[in-house]
Amino acid sequence: MPVDLYRIDDRLIHGQVVVGWGQPLNVRLIILVDDDVACCDWEQDLYRMGVPPEMELKFADVATAIREHSSYVSDPRHSIVLTGNVATMRDLVTEIKPPRGVNIGGLHHRPGRRPKLRYVFLSPAEEAELRELMASGVKVTAQDVPSARAVPLDELLRTEPSGDSKE
Amino acid sequence: MTNSAEGADPLSTESLPPLPPRAIVAGHGAFPDGMVSAVQQITGFGGVFVPMSNAGLSGEDIESRLRVRAAELQVKVFFTDLPGGSATMAVRRMMRDTKGVVLVTGANLATLLEFVFRSDEGAGEAARHAAEKGRTAIAVQGED
Repeated sequence: MPVDLYRIDDRLIHGQVVVGWGQPLNVRLIILVDDDVACCDWEQDLYRMGVPPEMELKFADVATAIREHSSYVSDPRHSIVLTGNVATMRDLVTEIKPPRGVNIGGLHHRPGRRPKLRYVFLSPAEEAELRELMASGVKVTAQDVPSARAVPLDELLRTEPSGDSKE
Repeated sequence: MTNSAEGADPLSTESLPPLPPRAIVAGHGAFPDGMVSAVQQITGFGGVFVPMSNAGLSGEDIESRLRVRAAELQVKVFFTDLPGGSATMAVRRMMRDTKGVVLVTGANLATLLEFVFRSDEGAGEAARHAAEKGRTAIAVQGED
């Protein structure tokens, strides 16, 4: 079964992912792709505590995720591939059969980033990486929760904060 | 409640001295403010809790704000809304390097009310009793 959602979210495992998307998509597998988390047992334990028992959480660095991606898409369970930043998703997606879409779920304020939506702030480098993704044929949208409107990347890059997001 | 003023009008919380902050309530959207507002309405002691929403914040910012607020208030008890929520994850990170931090996740109104009325107990013990109260407060009634 194809991965249901490729999501970029700097909070990684949290309520919107586990409940907001996890429930309606009936997600039973999350693959958290992050080089730092993949080599830190303590971080992995922390994130495992955040998912319900019926949901498996796998950890992979980018190289492993690229290598094992075919097993993710052949897994019979509904699943989410999750990264904490744009570069990691870009590095993954450019080395696999591109997914139909990539979801920007949350990239919050930090120095060097400009506001796009209440839950999306992007640096010029991240904007370029997202354009790169889109140019490779991947539909990139921002959408924090399933009930929100999916904002297309080209619109997002022109957008000033509207304050209409819940988080 | 041990610090209620003796001889005070039992029907008036206005005559009772306010209780100092003993815990932070953290979670999604307006959950923290709403819960503290409800505690205030019911008991008059909403000030026992300090609300902090995770809205619009990165995981790092949530953790950093919780650390600052906890240090300012000298509190080590945290109530959060969701086991997998970002506020919960932030408190768990604090627990890694801060001794004495107590986390109650999945908190509901009954949990907070119980904590308010256990001001004579240590914060950790009160939190554990409050969690038990919150668990038993959830009930399903009626039939299809």
